[in-house]
Amino acid sequence: MPDYVHPEVLVSTDWVARHLDDANVRIVEVDVDSRAYDEGHIPGAIAWNWQEQLCDRVQRDIIPAGTFEDLMADSGIANDTTVVIYGDNNNWFAAWAFWQLKIYGHNDVRLMNGGRRKWLSESRELTPDVAAVQPVRYKACAPDFSIRALLPEVMAASQAGTALLIDVRSPEEFSGEILAPPGLPETCQRGGHIPGARSIPWGKAANDDGTFRSYEELKRLYGAEGVDGSKPSIAYCRIGERSSHTWFVIKYLLGFENVRNYDGSWTEWGNLVGAPIEQGAGREK
Amino acid sequence: MRVEEYGERSLQLAGWDVHLTTYKLGDVYHCKADNVSPGAALARTTGATRDEAELKAIERAQQLLGKTRRRVV
Repeated sequence: MPDYVHPEVLVSTDWVARHLDDANVRIVEVDVDSRAYDEGHIPGAIAWNWQEQLCDRVQRDIIPAGTFEDLMADSGIANDTTVVIYGDNNNWFAAWAFWQLKIYGHNDVRLMNGGRRKWLSESRELTPDVAAVQPVRYKACAPDFSIRALLPEVMAASQAGTALLIDVRSPEEFSGEILAPPGLPETCQRGGHIPGARSIPWGKAANDDGTFRSYEELKRLYGAEGVDGSKPSIAYCRIGERSSHTWFVIKYLLGFENVRNYDGSWTEWGNLVGAPIEQGAGREK
Repeated sequence: MRVEEYGERSLQLAGWDVHLTTYKLGDVYHCKADNVSPGAALARTTGATRDEAELKAIERAQQLLGKTRRRVV
């Protein structure tokens, strides 16, 4: 991964295959559909369920620090462990988990480029056996909320142009033609996008095999929409996982410092009383 | 165990582009149907043959996609 600004946050399937027995590496699978892990997974990998283990189960939020520490400790992850995360759907929820690990300051966390799809397509070893884990101690850092956008910051970005808003959903969701990805439940009252947002669907950052596009391709893609690092940016989608993927690309592969993930995303904004929306393909750019 | 007979293909169901991924794991064929844009999972099925697994996934995906309402904007 030599051309990215922070290549150290990505590993290849080859790298993972060479580190299956590395005691300082913990491999974690995080899927949209948690049944994927049960079907067969990378030997030694554990699984995190994004709905039950990576969300506050009472109020809508990321997991609290204490719960995060318990999750890491119970997963056999110490503060100096190298954590490699992968998952289905091009690492959507793997990126969501990566983002939370960075909020709580885990130093060495990486994504497996191409995710579960690439591992399978290469006919690599899988196992249905759940890895045995020895719990360890873990201490989270103070949360770094500079990588998270909450509603007031998004309001300011939309109304005063304090940051570029990047809508990473499909064009049909952006325009308001559909309220959720085709085939999934509608989870908002209205369709459209946050006024002023640019449409850059997450998938444009990925190759056909699920790996990330090259640095030059990514620079051109985002640069064409004004995302060049000269201004803060905020990525959003429907529930915050696709935008984690884009946040990862902009922050680590392109190396733009000031980028946040708005995990409230369209399920917050599109249900908010009094919030303005735009419909259609958006402004002329 | 290793994945065998891995294959991907695209088709249209209920007016939407769908991506099918099918492979054999042990004695079982697995199939996953995604909508192409944005790429969300619609169905994950198994079968004794590739055709059986794919047919189940297609039927399930068609049911779900048929419920998707397009709005005029």
